Amino acid sequence: MTDFPRWRYWLVGTLTLLGLLLALPNVFGEDPALQIALTGRDKPPCTATCVTAVETLLRSKGVAFLRTSVKNGELLVRFPSHVEQLKARDVVKDQPEYNHALTSAPRTPAWMQWLGLKPMKLGLDLRGGSYLVYQVDIDGAIKQLQGTLEQDLRRSLREAKIEYTDIAPLASVGAGGEALKITLRNGADLDKARELVAKVNPKLEIREDTNPAAPAITARVTEDMARERADYAIDQNLTTLRNRINELGVSEPLIQRQGRDRIVVQLPGVDDPADAKRILGSTATLEFRLVDEINDPLEAQRRGVAPLGSKLYVRRDNGGPILLKREVIATGDQLVDASYELRQEGPAVNVKLDSRGGRRMAETTRANLGHRMAVVYVEKLRETKMVDGKPVDVDRTKEDVISDATIQGLFSNNFQITGLSQTEAPELAKLLRAGALAAPLYLVEERTIGPSLGEDNIRRGVDAMIYGMLTIFTFMAIYYRVFGWVANLVLLSNVVLLTALLSVINAVLTLPGIGGIVLTVGMAVDANILIYERIREEVRNGVSPRAAIDKGFERAFTAIADSNVTTLIAGVVLWAFGSGPVRGFAVVLTLGILTSLFTAIIGSRVVIHLIYTRRRDIGRLSI
Amino acid sequence: MEFFKKVPTLHFMRPRRRWYTVSATLVLATVVSLVWRGLHLSIDFTGGVEVEVGFSQPANLDAVRQTLIAHGFSDPQVQIVDTVRDVLVRLPPQGETVTGAEVGNRIKAALSAIDPAVQLRRADSVGSQVGRELANNGALALLFTFLLIGLYVSVRFHTYRLGVGATVAAMHNPIVVVGFFSVTGLTFDLPALAAVLAVIGHSLNDTVVVFDRIRENFEKSRRATPMDLIDAAINQTLSRTVITSGATFVVVLMLFLFGGEALRGFSVALLVGIVVVTYSSIYVASALALDLGLTGNDLFPVRKSADELDRMP
Repeated sequence: MTDFPRWRYWLVGTLTLLGLLLALPNVFGEDPALQIALTGRDKPPCTATCVTAVETLLRSKGVAFLRTSVKNGELLVRFPSHVEQLKARDVVKDQPEYNHALTSAPRTPAWMQWLGLKPMKLGLDLRGGSYLVYQVDIDGAIKQLQGTLEQDLRRSLREAKIEYTDIAPLASVGAGGEALKITLRNGADLDKARELVAKVNPKLEIREDTNPAAPAITARVTEDMARERADYAIDQNLTTLRNRINELGVSEPLIQRQGRDRIVVQLPGVDDPADAKRILGSTATLEFRLVDEINDPLEAQRRGVAPLGSKLYVRRDNGGPILLKREVIATGDQLVDASYELRQEGPAVNVKLDSRGGRRMAETTRANLGHRMAVVYVEKLRETKMVDGKPVDVDRTKEDVISDATIQGLFSNNFQITGLSQTEAPELAKLLRAGALAAPLYLVEERTIGPSLGEDNIRRGVDAMIYGMLTIFTFMAIYYRVFGWVANLVLLSNVVLLTALLSVINAVLTLPGIGGIVLTVGMAVDANILIYERIREEVRNGVSPRAAIDKGFERAFTAIADSNVTTLIAGVVLWAFGSGPVRGFAVVLTLGILTSLFTAIIGSRVVIHLIYTRRRDIGRLSI
Repeated sequence: MEFFKKVPTLHFMRPRRRWYTVSATLVLATVVSLVWRGLHLSIDFTGGVEVEVGFSQPANLDAVRQTLIAHGFSDPQVQIVDTVRDVLVRLPPQGETVTGAEVGNRIKAALSAIDPAVQLRRADSVGSQVGRELANNGALALLFTFLLIGLYVSVRFHTYRLGVGATVAAMHNPIVVVGFFSVTGLTFDLPALAAVLAVIGHSLNDTVVVFDRIRENFEKSRRATPMDLIDAAINQTLSRTVITSGATFVVVLMLFLFGGEALRGFSVALLVGIVVVTYSSIYVASALALDLGLTGNDLFPVRKSADELDRMP
């Protein structure tokens, strides 16, 4: 008795109570809910009027709801069932003044929320939602870089009055790949041209070709530049996706980079991601170009070749050809704001350019008063086509002129664009506002789980856990009697501690994660059995009960620790390699081993000490 | 209550040749089955489309298949999941990029001809590239687990005789689990892979306990033959081995029975794994150590006090 340190009582007592408190929020469950925000330019917060308006709307359509609350300017409506939740969604969907998102709201009492106690987060397989994996087209981003370089070079050469016969991309050679070849008219300009190229981008690798027949400079995009560009493209895309998801109004979205060139987007509660995907993956942007008024577009269309310095486009309104100057005045990524407006002449998008774009726009319009300017709608698409019975991915750029108009006066950085359909205009405004993608995105994985399946999965997981635990508890109680009840208590507190730990570290509970909890219970029994078998053995060998208990714990310790280390190793590897649901399993497995070690070695010792060794006369052990 | 009132005195080591034959046959059967039948991998690894729909009535699989073919879906695989009203439709990979929900909605639209109240429960679509990468990552994870566990074992049991026994047992187990999937044609999915990794980790659980006892027995008695000492160790731990494996088996069985389709592969891999792990810790690991010539001198090359041994990792 003297050798049993008192701090163990305190440690086990405190941790168990703390565990109970932290695990408690998980008992309450969640209500299906709908998150509603007001649309509009500045996203006005939902006030009392908006709350009453929504409540009246839902009542008038016969949708039953539990209660409403406002948090961070957003309205949260709770429903008694998923059926009512989906009914409400359909009602709200038709109201353009509301943005909505399916979500779930914990039923945790207010005082717990005030204490910051939260239940475990549920994975998409338990709550329903969409899981999207996008591949960032890095090659596309590097090609884009080359395109910008080409434009900059043309302009600088022209401004420096260096005559060139051609600027053309070279066939890809070696790492980094992309290179531009500038063929000059006079060999004497070589030095000047080289300096100029270095000024456009000092990181370019420059090579000269002094062949008098075709003096040329090759500017190569180095590997470093390519990598930098790729990283930039992914970072930029992450930001853009975040902005776009904000525009969509999804609750608790998750956007993460995965590996070298993938982005994972998780949209809880989104059970039909068609709308989300159209917006997220859209590469739609705008370009402003001057119209080539000298050459005949019909002629160019017939010959199939555009005159030098121009490019042939198709008009959206009548499908006719139009020639535009190659030089771009401004592009969609120079926009700082865009909003949709329904005007008398049709749907319009108000845009605002940044200072650089605005300045160029002002310069161009001043120099070209009375000439025509066009707005081009550009979208990159990847389509799967069947070639010889096999699916092949084909990239296609859709470019068409949505409007062209005579420049009547000086354009500042604010103006309107018309010529879009009623669905395109608000979507384009959203896209422009969220920023352009720095590189095209392609969806490579998509998983959608409906809310009903998520609910079934939770129920199944919990059922399996309850039945499994009941069986074990019954067996242990019969087989080990009092010690069995101690083991059951310890197993239960193991589940409580594990739940508490998972809730605290904000782990995401998935279906394999529930499987992990069940497996942990099964494996945690082991430590208890090792100890009890050892105690029985000592008793059989005629050791006194008190000594048998001490020896049992002592001797079983190495075996318990050892046998768990390897499972721990597997758990860690799984965590490192896995993603999504499997990672959820790995987290549970790893933490479950730690909690079961604690409860079996220290926890059960304390309980047994309380029952037996404190007594002066132990008598027979009930084992 | 006790299953073994007295410590049993079963002879495990004497007929070990027979158990070697059993293990060799199992591994060989796995290899043959993998070559001949292959492994039915889920779309997690191969890419493809999986859509689960819920009907309001028990589903007629033939009608579902015919309707899908009539709507232009090539080679749809249809099967019942969980309840008779839920149907899983599998389609071959559609390319690198995916259009999961569109396919889901198209399937739902097609099937609403049979039942207008049909519900889309789940739509998964994985690009073939992503699937290949996941398969590679999975293989890499297996390799890493083996490496780390092998490393741990070689540090832990100072003699290669025990180390080799433990590692061979640990490798033998997942092979037999995968073999089970191959022979039965069950779908091997991502959770099943996670379960196989857990089985590898769990492999040493029983082995370590037996080995611990072997070491203790060698320490106590240096007279008895290694075979007798090993037999004694297995007998002494038998009760614990049976109860632990039984308990783990039972909870996982509940997972198999009540956990639904999504955890089917996971729980089957664990169920088979637990059985094989128990068997291999008794028959494979210890027997190999014996045949590699394990003696007390391997465990205690220099005499150390029991105190020191207890503090070893």
